[in-house]
Amino acid sequence: MTTLRFDLRDPPPGAAVLRAEVRAFLAGHAPGWTPEVRARSWMGFDRDFSRAVGARGWIGMCWPKHYGGAERSFLERNIVLEEMLAAGAPVGAHWIGDRQSGPLILRLGTEAQREKFLPRIASGDFAFCIGLSEPDSGSDLASLRTRADRVDGGWKLNGRKIWTTFGHLCDWMIALVRTSPAPEGGSKHQGLSQVLVDLKAPGVTIRPIRDLVGEQGFNEITFDDVLLPEDALVGQEGAGWAQATSELAFERSGPDRYLSSHPLLEAGRDALREDAAAAPALGREVARLWTLRAMSTAVAGMLQDGADPVRQAALVKDLGNDFEQALPGAMRALMDTDAMPEEMRRMHAYLTQITPTFSLRGGTREIMRGIIARELGLR
Amino acid sequence: MDATIGAELADQVARALSGVADVATLRALEAGAFPDAAWSALDGLGLATALVPEAQGGAGLGLADVVPLLEALGHAGAPVPLAEGIGAAALLAAAGIAPPDGVLTFAAAGAPVPWGRHAAHVALVDGARVALHAAGSLRWTEAANIAREPRDTPAPAGVPIAEGTLPNVWGHDAARALTAVIRSAQIAGALQAALALAVEHARTRKQFGRPIGAFQAVQQQLAVFAAEASAASVAAAAAARAADARGLAEAAFEIGCAKVAGGEAAAKGAAVAHQVLAAMGITEEHALHHLTRRLWSWREEGGSERFWAARIGTIVQGAQGPLWGFLTSRDQEPAA
Repeated sequence: MTTLRFDLRDPPPGAAVLRAEVRAFLAGHAPGWTPEVRARSWMGFDRDFSRAVGARGWIGMCWPKHYGGAERSFLERNIVLEEMLAAGAPVGAHWIGDRQSGPLILRLGTEAQREKFLPRIASGDFAFCIGLSEPDSGSDLASLRTRADRVDGGWKLNGRKIWTTFGHLCDWMIALVRTSPAPEGGSKHQGLSQVLVDLKAPGVTIRPIRDLVGEQGFNEITFDDVLLPEDALVGQEGAGWAQATSELAFERSGPDRYLSSHPLLEAGRDALREDAAAAPALGREVARLWTLRAMSTAVAGMLQDGADPVRQAALVKDLGNDFEQALPGAMRALMDTDAMPEEMRRMHAYLTQITPTFSLRGGTREIMRGIIARELGLR
Repeated sequence: MDATIGAELADQVARALSGVADVATLRALEAGAFPDAAWSALDGLGLATALVPEAQGGAGLGLADVVPLLEALGHAGAPVPLAEGIGAAALLAAAGIAPPDGVLTFAAAGAPVPWGRHAAHVALVDGARVALHAAGSLRWTEAANIAREPRDTPAPAGVPIAEGTLPNVWGHDAARALTAVIRSAQIAGALQAALALAVEHARTRKQFGRPIGAFQAVQQQLAVFAAEASAASVAAAAAARAADARGLAEAAFEIGCAKVAGGEAAAKGAAVAHQVLAAMGITEEHALHHLTRRLWSWREEGGSERFWAARIGTIVQGAQGPLWGFLTSRDQEPAA
């Protein structure tokens, strides 16, 4: 059994200046955000806001300038992400492109794909979603059945993706699909590829799925003989599984895995400032937050160094999800909901309903703990 | 700090203890015997003055450098009072007193003194005043924590050998804060040792025809344990860095966070370890309880989770502006 390493990192030079810039920017937008918008966190979708973020150079900020990036460090990017989430900014329109789709295209895309997509992700103009889950494939992702078959001049896509966040608002999807049958007796992880899908293309049908809050958070997207051009393929044909799982450390360790409920903690602290009896419970939540931030920042530093801390990321996600998920309950234990100030009460009401998703999205709690158990030598 | 120094010190301690400190050592210690062989092995390494400034004859290291060493001690169940000696020497040196050789320990005035009955000297810290006493000159009331580690109380002290005053950056609660850092790191180490025992058992103990670790219900519990153990370790290291950068007094927030993380991890980890090791882990002859009883003891020493959480809560209640602004203001930005 080995112990997972977490190497602590100091903030990058200029961190305080960057933080101050982001805060000043956010202060200009915050007055327009309702408590529900702030509670939605990275599930809030606002294209105008994302374009404003892009104009500041804060989307794709680690990418080469040639592709619209700012050539900043991964730890600098981490500061921007933290500040956005802590403020409850509606970052959903650019979050996936910045976190996953853009880096994938930068790393594995063709030159033409980079030129086409990266500058427009960085400007906030292209919103991306991820096509992984299917009606019969959730945690057992490799059992997916959506197929892209070779045809003259490209691919023909058939199948169905589900739980696609903002699918109805996005422009592009990067979908994991089967491009050749799994070999007889071989692994079902073979024969999968990642493809770029224009969500406005003929044959794409987007059906909204209303969530328990009553909002259209996610969708079911059906592909019916959708023609994809030759250059829809991202990376290598048949290497989709390795490609999709290779960036999990980026997806799972970020501040979006422990700060999703943060605006509620801010409101709770404000409401309980004078309540001496609340100090221990409030302090406990803050101690947990501080520890998670140290862990998440350590993983960011390791990513910056080019390490692949995918198991550390699973561990931070699991602990972080537990924390952000339990926060509404912790606040409720400190204050009756009808005694909460209106803004806090509304955030609490929203988060109470939506926090169950925190340990589902990006890989379930059970999958994360399975990854840790494998690291322990139990699987 | 340099991460390789920490790893080297931890390695030195682990190697020095192998062969001279095991379950039998802890059992004998708990029955009242001082582990002479283990003490000699460690004492020869000259680690006691790790935190003493070079100008005063020490190694001039920071707390962050010794956290891995403290974890290694915790991993072995802290069979000797080296952590107490390192802390005491740091306090004495800061107060301008040369730390004496031999078994040395410290405590806040009025608090039980770890290993008091076995010490040659003890540093008693009252506010910013540090007094060095010959242990033999004090009248001791012997007691123990639930790990049966000696925690003895001296009668109101007589004339000290030397007295001094801590600089302001050490604050007026330095003995507690330093104990909190030490115990947080030791908890992280003991958790790793208990986790290793539980994982090993899960891989070898068979029921229903397969190792119990093949059952997801067991795997998921051990995963939670591993995550908590990592959190405790990261928090201890981060708190030590804050203390090195700003001094113990100004790092109370971070030290408290680490003690809360360690204490919570201790509770969860001990519970999972005992669940996995089942009745065997409860028996006197099994190694596990030497670790879990220390986890339950160390979380109380240097301030409990409740104590520090209350202090953190009070700090953030009084902080100006958003909580997030307070948290980020604690970051250690390197000088440009």
